[in-house]
Amino acid sequence: MRLAALAPRTPAIIAAIGCCGDERCAMRMREMGFDEGVEVQVLHRAPFGGDPIAVRVGGSTVAIRRAQAELIELTA
Amino acid sequence: MASLPEALPRALSPLAFPPLAALVGNPNAGKTSLFNALTGARQKVGNYPGVTVERKTGHLCLPDGRMIDIVDLPGAYSLEPRSPDEAVTRDIILGLRSGERRPQAIIAVIDATNLANHLRFVLELKRLGLPMVVALNMVDLAERDGLRFDLAVLTDRLGLAVVPTVAVRRRGLAELGAILAPLLGRTPSPALPANPDRVADLRALQREAAAIARAVTIGEGGAARATRALDRVLLHPLVGPVALAAILFTMFQTVFWAAKTPADWLTARFDALGQWLAATLPPGPLASLLVDGVIHGVGAVVVFLPQILVLFAFILVLEQSGYMVRAAFIMDRLMARVGLSGRAFIPLISSFACAVPGIMATRTIEEPRDRLTTILIAPLMTCSARLPVYAIIIAAFIPARTLWGPIGLQGVVLFALYLTGVAGALLAAWVLRATIMKGKPQLFMMELPKYQWPEPRDILLSLWQRARAFLERAGTIILGSTVALWFLASYPKPPVGSGLNPLAYSIAGRIGGVLEHLFAPIGFNREISLALVPGMAAREVAVAALGTVYSLGGDEHGLIARLHSAWSLPTGLAFLAWYVFAPQCISTLAVTRRETNGWKWPAFMFAYLFAAAYVAAGLTYWGARWAGL
Repeated sequence: MRLAALAPRTPAIIAAIGCCGDERCAMRMREMGFDEGVEVQVLHRAPFGGDPIAVRVGGSTVAIRRAQAELIELTA
Repeated sequence: MASLPEALPRALSPLAFPPLAALVGNPNAGKTSLFNALTGARQKVGNYPGVTVERKTGHLCLPDGRMIDIVDLPGAYSLEPRSPDEAVTRDIILGLRSGERRPQAIIAVIDATNLANHLRFVLELKRLGLPMVVALNMVDLAERDGLRFDLAVLTDRLGLAVVPTVAVRRRGLAELGAILAPLLGRTPSPALPANPDRVADLRALQREAAAIARAVTIGEGGAARATRALDRVLLHPLVGPVALAAILFTMFQTVFWAAKTPADWLTARFDALGQWLAATLPPGPLASLLVDGVIHGVGAVVVFLPQILVLFAFILVLEQSGYMVRAAFIMDRLMARVGLSGRAFIPLISSFACAVPGIMATRTIEEPRDRLTTILIAPLMTCSARLPVYAIIIAAFIPARTLWGPIGLQGVVLFALYLTGVAGALLAAWVLRATIMKGKPQLFMMELPKYQWPEPRDILLSLWQRARAFLERAGTIILGSTVALWFLASYPKPPVGSGLNPLAYSIAGRIGGVLEHLFAPIGFNREISLALVPGMAAREVAVAALGTVYSLGGDEHGLIARLHSAWSLPTGLAFLAWYVFAPQCISTLAVTRRETNGWKWPAFMFAYLFAAAYVAAGLTYWGARWAGL
């Protein structure tokens, strides 16, 4: 499953960050705390269509757009 | 900024400088609060040459009696810059920025409640080999969340001294100074090489930081319960946008309401001063210059200082409390519709205070075309310099009727003007993104920091810096242009006994007479055309200019009453519409030139805003005439 599809307030573990060789994208995600094996949880969805989403990752809460959340694969 | 004769010898002999330490850390680590707590009010705020990234330096007295310089570097996630301000941080730390000293030591500021993420940056910094101390900041909040830290283990694993600090309570500041003192003389150790595979390198640091964080943290954190509870309300799909609208509406109502008493008091003082001068000085050019030029001109602007400060106070509180990025989160979807991201929302909100810091704040936007679009629309956000203009015209033409409870008609009109500006900005962004700024959508990723009580000291310090900047402007640009206008509007004098209007006969009257042809189709009279000439320098100058023009017109009524009788309602409304769009600010154009490295974009900005202002004022004027107002 991908992060974009994760139901709110359901903890899950990141399996892979699929930035498809885009180094900049991968580095940005990692700098914000995304990493394989880290627990994530969708906390909020924005008004006006549920995009972006607010994700709890480690000690931070990060707002990302769904298109980017599609790149984050979770363990089943 | 140091003057040249003072700066030159110091630049020639680096030994004459006190040692320099840099505060470095992730955004939201509480760096600036720590900087304020360490240096107090003795700060110098300026810009790095060539870029508009704010440069903040101050002094710190060490326990050994030495005075050192501290620089507060822009928050960054790593030494791999993603935006112009993060590039400044990297360049200063690495000593790559010419004309800037490389710091001899680093104070790495980390948020104790977000240890793993912030330690990664510390590990990256540590490889540089500079002497370094770690400020484990906001330990009080971490303790409230139920977190404890084993400092001995943390010090050991990092190989760096760690001081727990609470910047707002001044906890740990003396210890920080004591540890910093011996570090400043130390020679840096050689920098360690990083893995050339940058993603793998980052991942390794990430893992190491997470392992250290796990090893030193005792207890399970409640994960910021208060923040999550607040977010459940403020980010709620329905309540969130309503709350945002309510906050902004309250802000604009308060600007009028809270500032009224001090503004009235200032007005009375300036009036009294003017009368005293008029009574004391012999009548003649000097009395006219001081009373009509300086007191009426500068006074008309300075009385708005309370309103501007109230507005800035709101924006600072929204920023420091952590709400501002929530607003960006809520607005991202709507911003995406016009081709921008929520990230652009923060510079745009800052532009409500002033477009100059707003445009400077766009430096956090990565994508160049997004950034340029945001810069170009920033002047459409109603800045505080428009407030004096709006306030005068609203007071003159909109009745002070109460609509409901504390909500008055004047406040609603003001709010509508702000909304018009916002709508214009969104429309402009959409057009720009669809034409000359086409590009693929960018990444949008933003940390939502925990909510915090704004620290009064930080707010007051910022307000003081703003007030000083405003008064300096009033004393230079505004004073200069009002005196110049007074001269242009006073000379040459019509021949005695000719019965000609002195204003119409003056140089300014003739310039206004020419411009009148340009502005007459949109309902502007000669006095307005005249006031717009100096008003091109800065928006609020137009009020001062109207004050001067109508005072010289020989009328001793207050400006509001004077405008009410001299202008028709459609003209008043057209003037308001003009001001929503008009590009009347030299500082904005100058900062745009600096940010875009050339005259092309400021010229474009001026042209499109001028056209928009002309059309909007014309439509308003003829619409109001047609409606029989």
